[in-house]
Amino acid sequence: MVLAAPEAATPPTAAMTQPFLRIAVIEENAVRAAILVDGLREGGMTAVEVISSTDSLMRRLMVMNPDVIIIGLENPRRDVLEQMFQVSKLASRPVAMFVDQAEQDMIEAAVNAGVSAYVVDGLRKDRVKAIVEMAISRFNAFDRLQRELDATKAELAGRKVIERAKGILMRTRQIGEEQAYALLRQASMSENRKVSDVAQAVVTAASLLEK
Amino acid sequence: MTDMLVPDDPASATVAATTAPRPAMRRAGPARTVRVGFVPLVDVAVLVAAAEQGFAEREGLRLDLVRDVSWSNIRDRLAFRQFDVAHALAPMPVASQLKLGSNPFPSFTPFMLGRGGNAITLSVPLYREMADLAGLDGSEDSLANARALRAVIDRRAAAGKPPLVLAMTYPFSSHNYEFRFWMAAGGIDPDRDVTMTIVPPPFTADAIAAGAIDGFCVNAPWNLIAVERGVGRVVATKRDIWPSSPEKVLAVRPDWAEANEETLHRLIVALDSAARWCDEPDNHGTLSDLLALPAYVGAPAVLFRTLLAGRFPIDPNGRIREIPDYLAFHRGMANFPWRSQAHWIFAQMVRWGQVPWSADGATVAAAAFRPDIYRAALGERAGPVDALRIEGDAAADGFLEGGPFDPADISAYLARFPIRSDVPVSSTDK
Repeated sequence: MVLAAPEAATPPTAAMTQPFLRIAVIEENAVRAAILVDGLREGGMTAVEVISSTDSLMRRLMVMNPDVIIIGLENPRRDVLEQMFQVSKLASRPVAMFVDQAEQDMIEAAVNAGVSAYVVDGLRKDRVKAIVEMAISRFNAFDRLQRELDATKAELAGRKVIERAKGILMRTRQIGEEQAYALLRQASMSENRKVSDVAQAVVTAASLLEK
Repeated sequence: MTDMLVPDDPASATVAATTAPRPAMRRAGPARTVRVGFVPLVDVAVLVAAAEQGFAEREGLRLDLVRDVSWSNIRDRLAFRQFDVAHALAPMPVASQLKLGSNPFPSFTPFMLGRGGNAITLSVPLYREMADLAGLDGSEDSLANARALRAVIDRRAAAGKPPLVLAMTYPFSSHNYEFRFWMAAGGIDPDRDVTMTIVPPPFTADAIAAGAIDGFCVNAPWNLIAVERGVGRVVATKRDIWPSSPEKVLAVRPDWAEANEETLHRLIVALDSAARWCDEPDNHGTLSDLLALPAYVGAPAVLFRTLLAGRFPIDPNGRIREIPDYLAFHRGMANFPWRSQAHWIFAQMVRWGQVPWSADGATVAAAAFRPDIYRAALGERAGPVDALRIEGDAAADGFLEGGPFDPADISAYLARFPIRSDVPVSSTDK
């Protein structure tokens, strides 16, 4: 299979000798963009620019003329890039996705992390590799953060609903707070469900019974 | 027979049984999982029906349908083995065989997922301008609409206004080629007279409402959504351009197909039954409810009912158009991968300068369509062995411009079109 990625035998180009790589990050989520840009800057990449959804993608990329483009797989604007590469090919400015059978592990890691990268043909492999690896690790770090945040939110919401369920039980059964919680726990254990789920059921049932 | 799960590890895939006998009744043994990528559009119907109405199960398959947001992702996740097969645009396997695009990993199609669904929608202000200038009363056919658009473009150019911005969904798409075909028939050069851009289907109605684009060509239900929101006017449908034009296909990863030949055959049998089911008007209610689920397309069921009935508003004023066969999932050999249609797609790629013409190129392009696998799965009578025919020569199946397409003479066909952007052959010769 013929691949678009540069081979070692590619003759030197301007991109190989210039010290700074221009990296475009197409990212709608400001937090993830910041995490990624920080990582790239720590890695010595200073010419990093974030393009968000409010920008005209083609115009910005044309002005910036990046060596590497990083974009999340969940971003539908990947198809816009595809069209741009078609058009730019006519203007002999080839941009290609980083695909190389030798780097199969890295490609799979990238796909799993939900990140894709495009590079100008002729760029040295090791330089691109460092950037793509950084993008992968930062995408994964953001994912972890997001999961932690979701878990915290769910826990907070769970606590709130347990408080409400306790209140309902105390009112309807004329019992104390500790007894109310004991009831919830008991139901949780016998039904093998989370206390917060049982509490949610109590709250829902109560709202249905209310007039 | 050896019943095994589809291996996730491609290295172990080579041990899969390839030629097991096929039992007549429901398959025994554990279900084989097939991972299927799709983009939320109405023509994912056959895959959804196969997964939800028992057609896959009957063949001992479990379809793991995974929704995705872009055609680039479909292509790449197929290439990187996250999908075994996928809902794809018919030109995508052709482009992949020709090594076009930024990740030209080869795929092929043994089964088409249906015809129809596309339409061209222009913004309401643009249509009004056309109507004023050309004296349209709304009843005109698509060619008259294209000519009226040409008149508006000329007037705008004379007034020094910037070119209109028209969107489609992917460079290798029926939408790109149909939009261009229609414009050119009306005397518009899509590479010189307008700016062509890409807008992902779910954003088309917003983009036209915001004035970011002046029109688009996209599959259902997005045209209808733009009309119902009062921001778009449908000026042409696929039927006006070429009724038989192939739309979506089942794209298959070659290494998966090689290691899972029997599973692929079963999948084709399941999809064949599902496609027949989707064509039955009695099933359209159930199908609409399924498509409406958030896991699939996630739009109101009533929208799908309207589209499947082939009778829907094309204008915010409520003008209704009846389009028989607007969506065909099986009838008229809609699932058969005609190699002549792969040739037609190749001809469009040549016409618009995506690839230079060559006889070898035409052969490579045709290899993306695999009627041999279709026939192996469904029987020798399922379609002709060469899968070649003159396209668009039936009375009810004509092209908007240029007449029938003979796959044996692509150059002569293209010479019939005054507007094209093909690379002159002399400059591409070695």
